[in-house]
Parts: sequence; structure tokens; C-alpha cells
Amino acid sequence: MSGHAEVGNYLTHPKGLRSWLTTVDHKRIGLMYMATSMTFFFVGGIFALLIRLELMTPGLTLMSADTYNKFFTYHGAIMIFMFIIPIIPAALGNFFLPIMIGAKDVAFPRLNLASYYIFIAGAALSVWALMAHGADTGWTFYTPYSIRSNTSVVLITLGVFVMGFSSILTGLNFIVTVHKLRCPGMTFHRMPLFVWAIYATAIIQVLATPVIGITTLLLIMERLLKIGIFDPALGGDAVLFQHFFWFYSHPAVYIMILPGMGIISEVIPVFARKHIFGYKAIAYSSLAIAGISFLVWGHHMFVSGQSDLANMLFSVLTMFVAIPTAIKVFNWTATLYKGSISLKTPMLYALSFLFMFTIGGLTGLFLAALSVDVHLHDTYFVVAHFHYVMMGGTVMGLLAGLHYWWPKMFGKMVHEWSAKISWGLIFIGFNMTFFTQFFLGYLGMPRRYYDYPPEYAGLNMISTIGSWFLLAGFALMAFYFIRSLFLPGKAPANPWGGKTLEWQIASPPTEHNFPEIPTVTGKPYDYGVVKL
Amino acid sequence: MLSLLLFQWRLEQASNFAPVVDRLFDFILWFSIISFLIIVFGMVLFTFKYWRKKIPENRTAYITGHTKLELGVAFFLLVVVMVIFYWGWVDYKAMKNPPHDAFEVNVIGRQWLWQFQYADGKMLTNELIVPKDKAVSLIMTSEDVLHSLYIPDFRIKQDVLPKSYTNLWFVANRAGEFPIFCAEYCGTAHSAMLGKVKVLEQDDFERWQMTGKLPVGKRTMDHGQGTMDQQPDVTVGEKISLADKGRGLFASKGCTACHSVTGAAGVGPAVNKIFGKEVELTDGKKTKVDENYIRQSVNEPQARIVKGYQPIMPTFKGQISEEEMNALIAYIKSLK
Repeated sequence: MSGHAEVGNYLTHPKGLRSWLTTVDHKRIGLMYMATSMTFFFVGGIFALLIRLELMTPGLTLMSADTYNKFFTYHGAIMIFMFIIPIIPAALGNFFLPIMIGAKDVAFPRLNLASYYIFIAGAALSVWALMAHGADTGWTFYTPYSIRSNTSVVLITLGVFVMGFSSILTGLNFIVTVHKLRCPGMTFHRMPLFVWAIYATAIIQVLATPVIGITTLLLIMERLLKIGIFDPALGGDAVLFQHFFWFYSHPAVYIMILPGMGIISEVIPVFARKHIFGYKAIAYSSLAIAGISFLVWGHHMFVSGQSDLANMLFSVLTMFVAIPTAIKVFNWTATLYKGSISLKTPMLYALSFLFMFTIGGLTGLFLAALSVDVHLHDTYFVVAHFHYVMMGGTVMGLLAGLHYWWPKMFGKMVHEWSAKISWGLIFIGFNMTFFTQFFLGYLGMPRRYYDYPPEYAGLNMISTIGSWFLLAGFALMAFYFIRSLFLPGKAPANPWGGKTLEWQIASPPTEHNFPEIPTVTGKPYDYGVVKL
Repeated sequence: MLSLLLFQWRLEQASNFAPVVDRLFDFILWFSIISFLIIVFGMVLFTFKYWRKKIPENRTAYITGHTKLELGVAFFLLVVVMVIFYWGWVDYKAMKNPPHDAFEVNVIGRQWLWQFQYADGKMLTNELIVPKDKAVSLIMTSEDVLHSLYIPDFRIKQDVLPKSYTNLWFVANRAGEFPIFCAEYCGTAHSAMLGKVKVLEQDDFERWQMTGKLPVGKRTMDHGQGTMDQQPDVTVGEKISLADKGRGLFASKGCTACHSVTGAAGVGPAVNKIFGKEVELTDGKKTKVDENYIRQSVNEPQARIVKGYQPIMPTFKGQISEEEMNALIAYIKSLK
């Protein structure tokens, strides 16, 4: 790299739309992923609000049952496949993983851009499906309903199939990057924990995603060619689909949560000015979770008719997930001990993660216990548990990361008090919306219900009102994030006092990140006085 | 305060399984509440105690971890989750093994209603009438897509699959009416695929079986649906029992040509005294003769052939309705 190339930062150098669309810079690709996925988050969020509006009162509130069934399918499919799977690894991971290990880019920059366009192609197919005849199968596409539904199931699953390749290629790129491009001195045990988390995620992406690819292809073949694979009427096995589907989709849940955990492991030490408690335990527990994630898919199927022996094994294996997860929660909390704690917005989100993810994790115990799951399965208890993990966990992690790295990505600080008010609205709104759903579930309200008996009306009303707080919080957030870009003033290179490599370079970074490849001599969270 | 809240939110315990499931539920709940409070207490305490305004940022402790403490937490948790697993498994086993003398009802789910077919030939729609304090076993199948029969007050649920049978059993220990939901998404009217269980005192139940009449004017547990003095949707005139209907079908479909019902040798195996027994197949494997095996032998006769017989039976796929299949199975079960 010549000195001349270092004049502008990556945002302005080179200039022009064409330079963005053909860029091989991991930072720009990360931002393009971020813009795309956040757009889908917005769309998926609109559907969520519409679902809650319909459920505000029993009976018809706003839309017909068929429309409702389509809307919850859109909400789930968009949020899962187009938002929560790509958002942290492909957006923030793409941006920060190379910088955090002292690399100029990922190992295969062109492949990285290809992944993005494959993602766009898959997302376009899915969006086309939604605009054609929609889909009313739920994001799980359970057979034989999905074989018989007269909606655009083929198109939407084809979209999922294509997006899968994007996920696989991104994962592959990251694995190679971590193995081959670490700067001098960056041993595995000096890598920031976010890198460990993205690395564990990448392994799952590469190993599990092909299975959903095969599954959606089989589903498409069955619908188009009437080959009996999953539909018993054609001689297939309906439960086989569930095995295939969850063999991917359970590990996929860890594709979603591990990167969020990685962000929390970055934010807490910085804002507590403490060395992370139990670095190795957190790093290896990510790998342990990735490993166990492949062996627990059957816990989605305790009442599906699979054998009792399978149920027993899946129940006991699922229990093991609790251990690495709890170690992480324990270690994050212990990191606060004897620190110097600042409650800036990233830290507020990190502590909210601890609060809500703990609820999400503990309610998983209810669902892993066989006899209790028989009652709770397919009720709102599962919906609440899932949202506490995914939104209370991953989305809180994402928001912690967005606020934490925003100054680095754009060179601008956001307005701290706007951010705190927005956080308050989201925290209240989230718990109002979803905590009520634990009660609804225990009281027996099944999920995917357009209408419900009157005894569930009160809790549903509270849940819907909570969703409006969420709307207000996210609207304010969109406003202050966008506004910050137009504010005068420039963020310092290291506004939070971070010790990892991304804070040692300019905000925003230059095109090739580092003027020269750095040499690392210490650990990433080296805070604290040895003899106090 | 918290237990008051729990009491407030306690769902009715109307079956033998309800208190069993709730006991483990409560155990996990209390363990969760305590663990959650420890984490939140630690978080809040540390945040206030080590506030940036009190502790300068260059005066924090250098602590990198505590392996023994971490292992201790892991080990303690391992013990707790293994207790939860084992407890759940033991209770679940009981839910999966109906007693042999259970009162059997066939269930057919279809978009979007439930049909309950009784051994004496009665057929009810969206209404399951059962005796109190007696084991009831449901043998369930679907005519179209997946469904799931869920009775929250009984704490039981089981998916209902097309072309095969799944089971559910319970002892209802409270008279009254309890809602039945479909818990597996099945299309447009999924949330309207509702039914109810009517639990009758045993003498009322016997009277209903004999006369088709329900007790009149008796107050029952009210679940928003009023009292149960209206007549249920009984298929009137269906006097013939399920097994008798099956006997007729067994003859009219031509089964008798090859399958004896007395144990005499024939082209195919005799079908008396076989239900619930194990038979050896041509490939040396053993299989139990249950509802799923009989169903498969009718629809795909070549799939599992009993040792010593030829694979020559034609398929009856598409020629026998779900009701007829239930009748045939009931007949084979009745052959002693």
C-alpha cells in the first residue's frame, strides 16, 4: 500500500456508487450487509407490530386469518433468514474480525463480495415469493402442510436455499481468515472473544447450512415433481422433514446467539475496565456450544411422535447446553467485580443482555424437561423463550455492538441521552411484550393462533401495548443514528478506552486498516492493577 | 408475594398428570428465580459498588479468572440439570404407558375439526365425553396435515400424524368441561380447531353410553361455555359397535378369504389373538402388532411380511377411510 492510498478513510476513498458496488473492502461489504439486514429488520418489525395489533383483542381485529397466517410467516422468515443470521457475523463480523486480528482484509475478499450478492439474490427470490402468492407455512415449512399449501412455497424455500450459500461462504472465509491472517503475536489465546465467537459460528455455518439446502431442495422436488419424501399421502414421512429441518435450524439458533455473546464479551471488560473473568472458559465454551448444538435438534420434536428413546437422549443432551452457557453468564457477571463501571449505552445494552438472556436461558430448562415440555410445547411459552434468547440476547448484543462500534465505523458519536431514552423504551417494551407471553403459554395458549378464547385477552392486550414501546424506542434509535452522521465533530479514535486492535487505528479506519501490520505483545483485555 | 402470583396463575389441575407436571414446573421455576436473582443481584450490586464515580478507571483489580469457582458452578449446575432431566424423563415415561384396561377412543383430526369415534359406534365432533377417574386412551390419526391434540388442564399434548397412529392417555379427575386446542399449525382455521372434553361422573357416563343422554341441569365447572345440559352431537342411529362394523368390513373387503379369525391356517396369517403380540418377520426382525402395523399391512402389505408367508396380498390403499380403518383395528383387537 502506498502512502497516497492512506489519505482518505474507507468511507470516502475511493468515491462513487460504482466503487461501493464492486468493492472488495471487508468494511464496505460489512456496511452493505448492515444496511440490507437492518432494512429487513425494519420490514420484519412492521409485520411483528401488525401481528400484535391483530392479537390485541380476540376475534377479528384487523385482518383475516389467512392474512394473519401469512404475516407471521413473513415475520419469522424475514427476521431469521434475512436479519438475525447475517446481521452480526456478516455485518459487524465482516467489519471487525479482520481488524481485530490485525489483518488488512478477509482471506478471500472477492468471495466476500460474492457472498453478499448471493445473499441479495436469495433475499430477492424470497421477497418475490412474498409478493407473488406469499407463504403461509410458518418459517418452519412443516410438511405435509407446506407440500399442499397453495402459496409460493417453492420460491421462498429456493430463496432460503440460495441465501444458505452466502452463509456457508462467509463462514468459510472467516475460518480461513482466522487461521491464516492473524498478525505477528496474535496467538489464538490473544484473540478477542468476539473473534472466538465468530469463529465458532463460522464452523456451524459451514457444517450445518448444507443440510437446510438439501432439505429445501427435497421439499421443492416434492412439490414440483410429486416425489414422495415428506408427504405421507405420497408415501413420504412427515416427521423426517422435522429431523432434517431442525438438524440445521437448531445449530442455526447458535449461529444467531454466539456472535451476540461475543459482543458482550467485548463490551463488558471495556466498560468495567476489568480483564475478562475466565478468558479461556468463555472462548472454549463457544466451541463447546457449537459442538453440542449439532446433537440436540430432537428437542424440538418431543411430541412429534419420535421414539421415547430419542426423546430421552435429546433431553439429556440438551441439558448439557446449560453448562457452557451458564459459565459465560457467570463470568460476565464476575467481570464486573472490583471494576470501575461506566453505564454508557453499549454497557446498558450489555447488562440488559445479561438480564434478559438469563431469563431466556433459564426458561429453556422448562422446555428441555420432557414432561414439562409436553405441556409447554407449541404454546406461547416457547414464543416467549425464543424471543428472550433471540431478541433479549442476540438483538441486545447487536445493539450493544452497534453503539460500541458506531464511532469506529462512521467517526461520529451518537447523542448519549437520546440513546439512553431509547434504551429505556426498548427495555420496558420488550419485557412487557414478551414476559406476558410466558404466562399465556403456561395457561395453554397455543402459538400461531389468529384467534383465542377470552380468558387470554388481558395478557394479549398488555403484550400488544408493549410492542408500541418497542416501536417508539427503535424509531428514536433510527433517528439519532442517522442524525449523528450529519452532526459536526469527529469521534476520537478510542472513545471508550478499548484495548483491542480496532481502537488503536483511526476512526473511521483507512482503506487498508493499518498503516503497517501491527505486532501484538499482550492480551486483549489488559486492564487492572496487579497489586491494588 | 411471588407464591400469591403463582397461585393466581395456576392453571386448573384436572388430570392425573397435571399435579405431576406442575411439581417439576415449580421446581424449575424456583431454581430459575433464585439463579436469576443471584445474577441480577450481583450485576446491580457491582454496578453501584464499583461505579466509575467512586472507583477511578485506573484503580481496578487485576483478576483473570478463578478456575475452581468456575468448575464449582459448572458442577453444581450439572447436578441440578441432571436431576431435572431424570425427573422429567420418569414423569414422561408414565405419560407414555397407558394401562391395559384403559377406555379407548379413536380420534381423527382433519382441517379443521376433531372427530371422536367410540367403540360402541358413537361418533362425536369436537366433543370428547369421558368418565371421571378412569384411564382413557386416545388412538389418534389425521386425514390431512399435522395436528396436535392439546388439553391444557390435563397437561397433555401429542402431535397427530397422517397415515399413522399416535397415542395419548389420561385419567380425568374432575367433572366438568375443559378446552381442547390444536397445537400444531394446520392452516387457515388452525385457531378455530377447538373442542372440549366433557368429564362425567362414572354413573352419568354409563347412562350416556346406554341412552345417549347427558345429565340435565347439573352445574359443572364453567369454562365460559355454559352448562352441559344441551345434547351432544351424537351420530344418532349408529347403534352398531366399532368392532361389529369392523367384522362387516373384514368380510366385505374380502379379508376372510386369506385371514382366518379362529387361528386356522390360511394363505395369510390368522388375525385373532395377535394384537399386542410380537411376530417374527421374513427378514428375521421382530415387530409388535399394534395399530401402526395393522394399518401398514393393509395399505402396504409387502412392507413387513410375517415369516412363513408369501408377499402376495394386494394393497388396499385409498380404499379404506380413517373411520373404517379404526373399525377394522377395533375388530382385530376384539378377536380373542
